[in-house]
Amino acid sequence: MNFKKQFSEGLLSKNPVLVQLLGLCSVLAITTSLFNGIGMGLSVTVILICSNVLISALRKVIPSQIRIAAYIVIIASFVTIVDLVLQAFIPDLSESLGVFIPLIVVNCIVLGRAEAFASKNGVLASAVDGLCQGIGYTVALVIMCVIRELLGSGTFGGGILNNGEGIRIIPEGYPAMQMVMPVGGFLTLGFVIAGFQWYTRHSRNKKQKEAAK
Amino acid sequence: MNEYVQTLIGILLAAILSENFILVKFYGICPFMGVSKKIDTALGMGMAVTFVMGIASAATWAIYRLLVLLHLEFMQTVAFILVIASIVQVVEMFLKKAVSALYKALGIFLPLITTNCAVLGVALLNVQKGYDFLLSVVNGVCGGLGFTVAIVLFASLRERVEKSDCPECFKGMPITLVAAGLLALAFMGFSGLKLF
Repeated sequence: MNFKKQFSEGLLSKNPVLVQLLGLCSVLAITTSLFNGIGMGLSVTVILICSNVLISALRKVIPSQIRIAAYIVIIASFVTIVDLVLQAFIPDLSESLGVFIPLIVVNCIVLGRAEAFASKNGVLASAVDGLCQGIGYTVALVIMCVIRELLGSGTFGGGILNNGEGIRIIPEGYPAMQMVMPVGGFLTLGFVIAGFQWYTRHSRNKKQKEAAK
Repeated sequence: MNEYVQTLIGILLAAILSENFILVKFYGICPFMGVSKKIDTALGMGMAVTFVMGIASAATWAIYRLLVLLHLEFMQTVAFILVIASIVQVVEMFLKKAVSALYKALGIFLPLITTNCAVLGVALLNVQKGYDFLLSVVNGVCGGLGFTVAIVLFASLRERVEKSDCPECFKGMPITLVAAGLLALAFMGFSGLKLF
């Protein structure tokens, strides 16, 4: 088991959002304030860890013909638990994420990790994998949130800092409201992925040049 | 009755245009990005999704009544996803036997529909808004039509985007997302659209 490698894969080289392009529905829909982004990221991380652990523990019991159905039931149960917990303890978050919490069931990241990792590896490795992929997803969400919130509402940390109003950086009347609307979601994700691709290519070239010397 | 018809037409317009499932509500982005490389496959996918969404809306409406009867509303997510997965399976088997030409055309897309958030999304929305049977089915079918409109439009855009000359780091997904953003901007023009 290689924690460091799994971590860098989840965060960079196999980031679920920026490289594998999974679970884009929630990434585009809810990244309008930092509160939403962190809340959604943590919920998905918790569900990923739980479902990875259970699926990995049951991997020798579940017949391979019906494994997808079994995975979906396991994931749906954990999603329901998280949904009910949020409704009871953080109703604000539950309200602002709305239907996207139950929709984590069909989020390709969770099912994808179950199929690609948890069904083949041990319990502990699967738990770590869930944690690392979840962190990668959360980081991508937070980047999207910060950019969209700053340009769209002109604030930072909406929902958390400054009694939930966020710290105002751009004066009122100046921010482009379109950035917190659907258009901004697509544009921001496009530019974030482009920046990420530029960064990976840049660092690879640099390494090659150093190796050539 | 008149008011009921107005609600019906309102749902119809909202689902197809002003609250388009893909471009405004962000349901079903994965197939939208995945199978929009060619117009005909996009059309096939759209039709399959419309069909499944219609049936799924009807079935989940009935299932939800049953859950209410048993005081098990909290199980809705689990129940719905199972119903949707079974519907997709049944539709697949039925089409394979009965309409094999259509089955061949849709083939690979059918199983993918299970994990399309648009299907589960419409089922959850119908419950949330408290629609009755007819309104649920109309919402499902029109949501599917909205999906088809968006994916076909986007496929025809994308055929040109793929050939365009853009900066190296924008190649592939990023430029596609930017194009989708511009399409979403066009659909923003429909917001606030009301007949009555």
